This record gives sequence, C-alpha cells and structure tokens, in this order.
Amino acid sequence: MSRRSPAFEGEPVIGLRCKVLAAFTAGLLSFAVLGPALGQQSPGANIAPPPAAAPADDGQWTMPAKNYASTRYSELSEINESNVGRLQVAFTFSTGVAKGHEAAPLVVGATMYIVTPFPNILYALDLTKPGAPMKWKFEPKPEPAAQGVACCDVVNRGAVFSNGRIFFATLDGHAVAVDAETGEQVWNTKIGNINIGETITMAPLVVKDKVLVGNSGGELGVRGWIKALDVDDGHVVWTAYSTGPDNEVLIGAEFKPFYEMDQGRDLGVTSWPPDAWKIGGGNVWGWISYDPELDLIYHGTGNPGPWNPDLRPGDNKWTAGIFARDPDTGSAHWFYQWTPHDQHDYDGINEQILLDMDWQGQPRKVLVRPERNGYVYVLDRTTGEVLSAKPFGAVNSSKGVDLETGRLIENPEKKTGTGKVVRDICPTASGAKDWQPSAFSPRTGLLYIPHSNLCMDEQGVEVNYIAGTPYVGMNVRMKPGPGGHRGEFTAWDIANEKPAWKLKENFPVWSGALVTAGDVVFYGTMEGWFKAVSARTGELLWQFKTSSGIIGQPIAYRGPDGHEYIAVLSGVGGWAGAIVTGDLDPRDATAALGFANAMRDLKDATNAGGALYVFRLP
Amino acid sequence: MKTRVLLLMLLCVAIPVAGCEREERNTRPDPALGSSEQGVPVTTLAPGGERPSLSDTKAAEFENNAYHLSEGKRLFDWFNCSGCHANGGGGMGPALMDDKWIYGGSIESIHATIRDGRPNGMPSFRDRIPDDQIWELAAFVRALSGNASKAAAPSRNDDMMAHPSENRLPNATTLGKSP
Repeated sequence: MSRRSPAFEGEPVIGLRCKVLAAFTAGLLSFAVLGPALGQQSPGANIAPPPAAAPADDGQWTMPAKNYASTRYSELSEINESNVGRLQVAFTFSTGVAKGHEAAPLVVGATMYIVTPFPNILYALDLTKPGAPMKWKFEPKPEPAAQGVACCDVVNRGAVFSNGRIFFATLDGHAVAVDAETGEQVWNTKIGNINIGETITMAPLVVKDKVLVGNSGGELGVRGWIKALDVDDGHVVWTAYSTGPDNEVLIGAEFKPFYEMDQGRDLGVTSWPPDAWKIGGGNVWGWISYDPELDLIYHGTGNPGPWNPDLRPGDNKWTAGIFARDPDTGSAHWFYQWTPHDQHDYDGINEQILLDMDWQGQPRKVLVRPERNGYVYVLDRTTGEVLSAKPFGAVNSSKGVDLETGRLIENPEKKTGTGKVVRDICPTASGAKDWQPSAFSPRTGLLYIPHSNLCMDEQGVEVNYIAGTPYVGMNVRMKPGPGGHRGEFTAWDIANEKPAWKLKENFPVWSGALVTAGDVVFYGTMEGWFKAVSARTGELLWQFKTSSGIIGQPIAYRGPDGHEYIAVLSGVGGWAGAIVTGDLDPRDATAALGFANAMRDLKDATNAGGALYVFRLP
Repeated sequence: MKTRVLLLMLLCVAIPVAGCEREERNTRPDPALGSSEQGVPVTTLAPGGERPSLSDTKAAEFENNAYHLSEGKRLFDWFNCSGCHANGGGGMGPALMDDKWIYGGSIESIHATIRDGRPNGMPSFRDRIPDDQIWELAAFVRALSGNASKAAAPSRNDDMMAHPSENRLPNATTLGKSP
C-alpha cells in the first residue's frame, strides 16, 4: 500500500551525524510498515484484559495506568479517527516547575489532579468552571537536598486516587495522603532516607486497604524495597526487599518460581559476593499491576548496583526481575529474572499489562511486558512461565531467551568489565524501552509501545561505595541506533509476536501512550509535538506543538459537560531530557550517564517548563 | 677529553634538574583531618558599594600545580565526584566544564562548595576529605573549564576518552555560545 509520510511532515532534522543522515532521510520519506495493517484483532486470539482488573470505563482516570490491568485504554469514542483532526485546545495550565513532567493527570468526578516533579506540588483544578481554575494546591515541601541524590532528573510519575484521597510520593522519600476535596494532608510517612541515596519517583498503587510504593536509587547503591502502607493512617504494614535473606525478601512457603535458576535458599545472599547485596540495588521504582481474581500484585525490580558487573559476580538475585506477591502480606508467589547478572543497567521495572488470551489454542492468563532488555515478554501470570520473548527494537547484547531454562542468552562479544571498552552495545543502559508506559487496545489486539533506538559504548571502572553518593563504575556514551533515528513508536501484535507497524521519531519517545475506543493512539515527542495516530495503521491524524518536549502520560476523560477530553503534561526532562533540565555539557560524552551524548541537539529543539494541555473537539 | 665527558654528563643532569624547578610543592602537607575555616561569600553583592573579595593563601599553591591537578583528577573519581558530574559534563549534578557557576567559579568558592556543600544537592565533604585534597579537587575542577595552565593540566586518560584531555580543553568563557 502507498503511504505518505505524516510522522515527520514539516519537522526539521537537527544535528544528526553525517553517516546516518542518508538513512535517516530515507526514513523521513516513508516510515516503515513492517506488517499488514490490522483492521481488527487477529482471529482466534480473543485477547482482552480480565474484567475484574479492567472494569467498565466510567469516564474518570483515577490511576496512571487507568486500571489494575494497566491497559491505558479509554472506552470513550467521541474523539475518533475521522474527527480527531479537528481537536483543539480547551485549556492550559502552567505548573511553574521547569523539570521533567512524567506524571499522568488524574480526573476524579469534576476535578483534575496534577503532581509536579520536585518540589512535588499537587494541584486540583475545577473542571466545572471555564478555564478549569485552581481549586487548591498542596505543597509537601520536600528537602531540596534530595535533588542531589536523584539519578535522572527530579521526576514524579504520578498520583493515585482511592476512597476520597490522593496518594503520592515525594522525592525526599515521603508517602503522602491528601483529602481529595479539601487539599488537607491526611497523613505523611517518611519511608526513604536521602542520606543513603534513597528517593521516590514512582506512582503508588492502592490495592484494597494498602498503598504500595517502592524506592529509587539503583545508581547510588541503595537496596531496593517495596512497602505497603495502611491507607487510613499510613503506617508501614510490610516491607519486601529485593536483595538479602529470604525472610527479608518475604520469600516463604508460598514461593514457587517456575524456573530452576530462581529456586533455592537465600539466593538474594548467595548470588552475590559477601555483603554486596546490602548495596545491590534492585529498586522498585516502576509500575505495579494487580489481578483481583488471583489476588496477586506484579512489580519489577531495578538494576543491580554497581553497573560494573565485575564487582558483583553471580546472578544478583532478585534484581532485574519480576515478583508476584500477595498484596495483604507481601509474600512472594513467584519470581522471574529478565536479566540475570545484568551488565548494562537493564532495570526490570517496566509496566506489565494483564491480559486473558488464547495462546497456541489454550486460554491463558498472561502478563505482557515490553522489557528494557529489548524483548516483549509474554508470561503466564499464574506461574511465571515465559511463553514468548521477541525483540521489538535493536538488540545485540543478548541472543534471545531460552524458553527451556527461561534464561536470557547473553552475547559474549558485548560482555563488559573493568578496564575494557566494549563498543556498539544495543540497547543502551536506558533500554530499548525505559519507564514510559505502553497502551493496549482490545479492539486491535495491539500493544502501543513508545521507545528508543539507541546503542552505546561502555567501559567498566573501579568505584568506591560512599553512602549517599553514586555507585556506578561505568563510563557510558550513547548514540543513535541503526537507521540514525533515536525514537520509535511500535504497535506490537501480541498474538502473532511481531510488530504490526512502526513509526520513527528523531528523539527517543519518552512519553507514555494512550489508546481509545475511537481507535486513536496518542503520544508526545521530545520536540513537543503531541500526536494522534490511527490505532490500526499508525497514520498521523493530528498533531499539536506544545511549549516544551513531552515526556508525560496522556489520558482521556469525560468532562462534566459529557464530552471527551484528552490531557497531557508537557515539560521536557527525565534521563533523556536531563541535558536540558540540568543544563549539561554534551562535550563530555559521558554526561548524564552517557545519555547527553545521544541528545546533543535537544537544547536546540526545546526548552524546559511544565504545562498542562487539555484538548477537545470544537 | 675526560673533562669534556664529565662536563657533558654534568650538563645532562643539570638541564633536567633546572627544568623541574617550575614544580614546587609542600612535601609536608596539612594533617589529614580538619579543613580551613575561611568564609567564602557566594554572591558578588554586598552593601556599601564594593564587591566582596575572597582570597586564600592556599589558592596559589594549588591552582596551577601539575602534581596537585593530577591528584585532583584521581580523587575526582575516587570520591565519586564523577558519579554526579560525569567527566565535567554533569548529570545528577551540574556541568563543571562550562562557564556557568551557581556558587562562584574561583578556586576558593569551589573549595568552599566541596567543603560545606550547597542546599540543592551538593553534599558537604567536610571532615570526609582532608583539606589539601579538597584544594586539589577544586584546582582540577577549574581545569575542566580550561582555567588551568596547559603546562600543568592533566593530559590524556588511559580510559575511554569522554572529552579532549584537560590540557587541550578550551577556556569555557571564550567558547562563545554555550553548547
């Protein structure tokens, strides 16, 4: 089929390396369509989220992932493929903060809630009035020194609403509950300690009577954990560490990992050099999903520390993997390690989409995970068995996943270590895909994955552990991946284990994705374009240039007037945008843990500054 | 003949010895613990119409001394400065190789920043790093923005090159447009 090139129309290409320019220009002229466009779901796949984890859409947006199944799918269809081209701005709102805005706005009833990056201000906007004026703002006043131990910009990935309260975490390690109506603080619990390098950037999840939240600090030798806090008073009910003895990881009689590599006593101690697990990372800073029927939560664990793998021989359990846990007790039910003995900072914290589908003729309860190491995993979420692992981006650091043993097959040519420079490793430390969450539409059976196309050079170096300072031990410099474009937006056909279509972007796609029943997919670019593309073909239907690069998570909601609205935070930053928010100097190829080298021209493309944009049909 | 050879040998020794004279340093540095307590203003404004001045007797001793600069470079990794500031381009902390200084770019200001910390994330290394080594670090940080003599600044790394070696880095203030 013929296709024009809507994705890049009228956009300047800035500062790309000469040797890749030709290939990139070809990309401008026609974006790649790797498979046949899907008009509907593949026959026989019967793929949909479990109803208990994805109840019927009430038009609100009460948690960043939309629902416990983490579909980021809205059933609203007033805005659709045929009219989205007429979308226009309904109102905007400046957050007053010039750091990376990664959060999803929330809409509860007739109020919108926004949490900003540090200083983590929570705004409530009244959607019933013209221009959505501010109802109140809540300032938790986190310690400014926390900015010095946040690895990759001072971001916050959002708040969550439950039972009349808004819950969120602050950069300096507090979990906070605020009355959604009045903006008064209900409770505030300090759970992290910045003096050992702990920060919190994730969006909590509320399951039953517990608020689940984990720490960040994998670049500072922080031992990872997830805690459950009581929704009523904020006291800590349980803590599950990602390293250390079984009783601290909450591994007991119920723990039945599927693969032999994850079976054994105290692997969180024995798979490390003596005491290294105490400063070994495995931080829980990403996404949590929940299956109410199985009564299990699913959460990933971050990279092992330090990055230099020579300093921590062993599989480094339970880092760079995924746990299924009982939400009431924290007790682990199974674990699977995406990347044993991680060598490249492949955190395992991405979103997991819970789906029920026919897999090779059998109905299975699965969990789909586009992972940092470059593979889309399909796991049986009752057991942790890997059903499929296929690459969705450029990967040469590994050669696939052995489905017999479950183990990632590493590529010895890309093995890093002290004093050794290894070139052209794909994907980068930031992964084929980082934290930016994908969206799933049951109407197409496709998973919409915003991601990067980057490779890197690495050299391991010696590093001293000094509490509260970085513990990385790796010189990194990143660069554009094959083809020269740095970002991709992939529609992944889960049932057929291959991409349905792919869009190329100049910069990494660092925003979340949203898909609606109008068959429209929304995402943002780091130049600041907010785009609507066809969920079936990827054709660009509409775009709007916001004031700064977009790394936030778009949402859809039904306003008090009964109409559909689309909202997104603009405001560049995050690890990819740190060169702008931190005013870094890219003449040093290792700035921002090597990311600045791949983003040399971002300062010419956008400026920092947070603003909310809300759109509707005329 | 013999005297000629002797003279030649003497010359061979004398020339290098004379060449070494530029590099003087105190072989009995300050004791390991304790840091100098001189106050350093972080602003160029003071009531009365004059700029606040700063000077420290140690500054000159360290600022353009090749030994101290190379020690500063080694310590910059050892104390994890590079973890936040990378090899000068910045990351968790600000870039040090440009010409933008939040709390002052003199060696005295940088010494005070390392010693006392700063409110938005810079830790205080007081009593963690001996004072002379803080001066060495401060001197090296100046070199990152091209503010050290090319004869004294460190030359190329044994490691992966993140940027041209310090003795080849341009002075950030004359670089023109910020990269």
